[in-house]
Amino acid sequence: MNARAVNTLNIVGGRIVDSTTDANGRLADLHIVDGRIALIVETGEALPPADSVLDASNAVVSPGFVDLHTHLREPGREESETIETGSRAAALGGFTAVVAMPNTDPAQDSRAVVEFVREQGRRAGLCEVVPSGCITVGRAGEQLVSYAELMKSGVTLFTDDGNGVQDPLLMRRAFEYSSDLGITMAQHCEVSRLTTGAVMHEGSCCSHLGLPGWPAIAEELMVHRDIELVRITGGRLHVLHVSTARSVELIRAAKADGLPVTAEVTPHHFTLDDESLRSFDPVFKVNPPLRTMADIEALKAGLRDGTIDAIATDHAPHADHLKEQPLDAAPPGMLGLETAFALAVGELGMDLRSVLACLSWNPARIAGIDDRHGRPVAVGEPANLAVLDPGVTWTVDRNRLASKSRNTPYQGRSVTGRVRHTVLNGRAVVIDHVAQR
Amino acid sequence: MKHLRGIPELGVDGIVRILNLADHMVEVNRRPVPKVPALVGRTVVSLFFEDSTRTRISFETAAKRLSADTMTFSVSTSSVNKGESLRDTIETVGAMGVAAFVVRHKTSGVPWQVSQWTDASVINAGDGWHQHPTQALLDCHTIRTELGRPAAVDCLAGLRIAIVGDVRHSRVARSDIQAFTALGARVVVVAPRTLLPPEVHTWPVEVTSDLDSVIADVDVLYMLRMQRERMNEALVPDLGEYSNRFGLDRARSARLRDECLVMHPGPMNRGVEMVVDPAELRRSVITRQVSNGVAVRMAVLFDVLGDSNPEVAS
Repeated sequence: MNARAVNTLNIVGGRIVDSTTDANGRLADLHIVDGRIALIVETGEALPPADSVLDASNAVVSPGFVDLHTHLREPGREESETIETGSRAAALGGFTAVVAMPNTDPAQDSRAVVEFVREQGRRAGLCEVVPSGCITVGRAGEQLVSYAELMKSGVTLFTDDGNGVQDPLLMRRAFEYSSDLGITMAQHCEVSRLTTGAVMHEGSCCSHLGLPGWPAIAEELMVHRDIELVRITGGRLHVLHVSTARSVELIRAAKADGLPVTAEVTPHHFTLDDESLRSFDPVFKVNPPLRTMADIEALKAGLRDGTIDAIATDHAPHADHLKEQPLDAAPPGMLGLETAFALAVGELGMDLRSVLACLSWNPARIAGIDDRHGRPVAVGEPANLAVLDPGVTWTVDRNRLASKSRNTPYQGRSVTGRVRHTVLNGRAVVIDHVAQR
Repeated sequence: MKHLRGIPELGVDGIVRILNLADHMVEVNRRPVPKVPALVGRTVVSLFFEDSTRTRISFETAAKRLSADTMTFSVSTSSVNKGESLRDTIETVGAMGVAAFVVRHKTSGVPWQVSQWTDASVINAGDGWHQHPTQALLDCHTIRTELGRPAAVDCLAGLRIAIVGDVRHSRVARSDIQAFTALGARVVVVAPRTLLPPEVHTWPVEVTSDLDSVIADVDVLYMLRMQRERMNEALVPDLGEYSNRFGLDRARSARLRDECLVMHPGPMNRGVEMVVDPAELRRSVITRQVSNGVAVRMAVLFDVLGDSNPEVAS
């Protein structure tokens, strides 16, 4: 007898699409042993027996998704989400890793909090929870965090998300100090003096609704500032939730200059516009706000030409009673993990492989976890996988989502593209749309 | 009509319907006992999240003259924020048996949210910078009755109306512009760029920052209240400069046409937008606006809650 239990899993009938295949992928069956892919054979060929078998017929087998932008709310706001419920939503959405945003209470600015978040993720066992760290202590924008110290806990992405770092001197120092550490500063680009009290995009819709506007320039000024700081410091910048056409242009130009700048866009910013606020439903309040159709087209073009590297959810759960408030009092944010794949594959008009690049291997690289996520589906690689039905249509029902909160802006919407199974470290954590723990 | 939340959803036919009813209510108000039993047994709750004694009293007077029961639920926003959501508040008060909520809130959209959470009718008494439909209706009623025009879809046709001041932050301006233009008037807004809404070119108005260029050529001069806190937001350099450029002083009032009506939604900032004493003006109708407010709000309450036959209000 073996000294320890061996865990085996077969995935049969699927078509593999990863960073090494072409857009059509290739048909193959997988045999997974103890978390790693042990054998790949032609479809239908004999595989060694396994503890369980996942049916992937007519489906795509992809590296699992990586979300660069997840609010799990624990510690501090467990009424809206916990690491366990958020991890379950992630797994159902095909994500095998999520970067936990640091605007918790206490904030993720110390090893103690970071280790707690990572450990809670391990306990939940549904996806890898990768803590980010704050850029400034308590996200207060006044004092740099001990980056090298947090790196000992595996943190490589630093952000004050929810707040932009307003002080240009502090941000210059953050880029300079971190420039030889190999870490990334992920900026929430918002000049807060230009957005005081803002509820929605500043434009003709906000003008008629009489709501305080969040002008595009408030984002673009900080995108521009940080690109120029990167140019003189050698630091590395990731632009969170890009929302405006001009931001896309600035990032495109920075990349053309060879600067180490990456960017993400959320599904809601490329599928919904500011007209949604005509309902006055705070479920559509988000930061940065939903923009215009022209911005949506620019964001899609940015994804298509590679200016924008990743699709990230900015999954931001809020309990109903927090959202059932006047628009100025309701907190910004919307759910995203369970609908991201459908919106990406169904609404972008991009080929599947390009969508998977934006959901899997590109964000894995930006998060610094590309040693174990977003890997090619090949022998010897870690088995972090998603099995996908790109053509299957389903209807979003806020009451059937796994998140503890229900603030999806897609309630009742018919979407195309569904996650069938999710495999984390060789174990099926989602089978036929059902979480296994 | 189930709700009165904004002018656009009321439409031009709805405006005319209310104006006709308002004529009737003006007649009721002239009686020795200005009271009719139209809304006996119906409860109207004033839900004021923002202080406004004048508007609240106007609504409550209107409701009482129609024999409705009235209750006031004054809420400071701070106490609401202590755990209870807006929805909780509405459902709690609604559970007492309410026919209509009259809602005033500092935030745009609250009347629309409230109507999702109650079966009662919702009447907007002012939401944020967005809408103040009863103000617009009483302004239309005031203009057409002062000019002796009947209630009709084109009763403001041919008129040029200037709205002067802080249009950006004004629910009165948004509702008035929609109502005036629906009834055929042309509107020119007069303000510095900082006090105009974003993308003002999408509004159905002329725009100028030069009051002197239009003041001799308008049928109605509508002055908006200039709030002192705008000084702190760098929207205008100081109140003196604002008053010099946009205030109604003696020199400007001397250039008004003889028949030009001067209006203001109140409360006035004397010495700022209203430098001249309105009593000195030939055709100030500012107090007439206030008295018409009761009749128009009676018309709105009757339209929302009453029997469809206006004779019931006799």
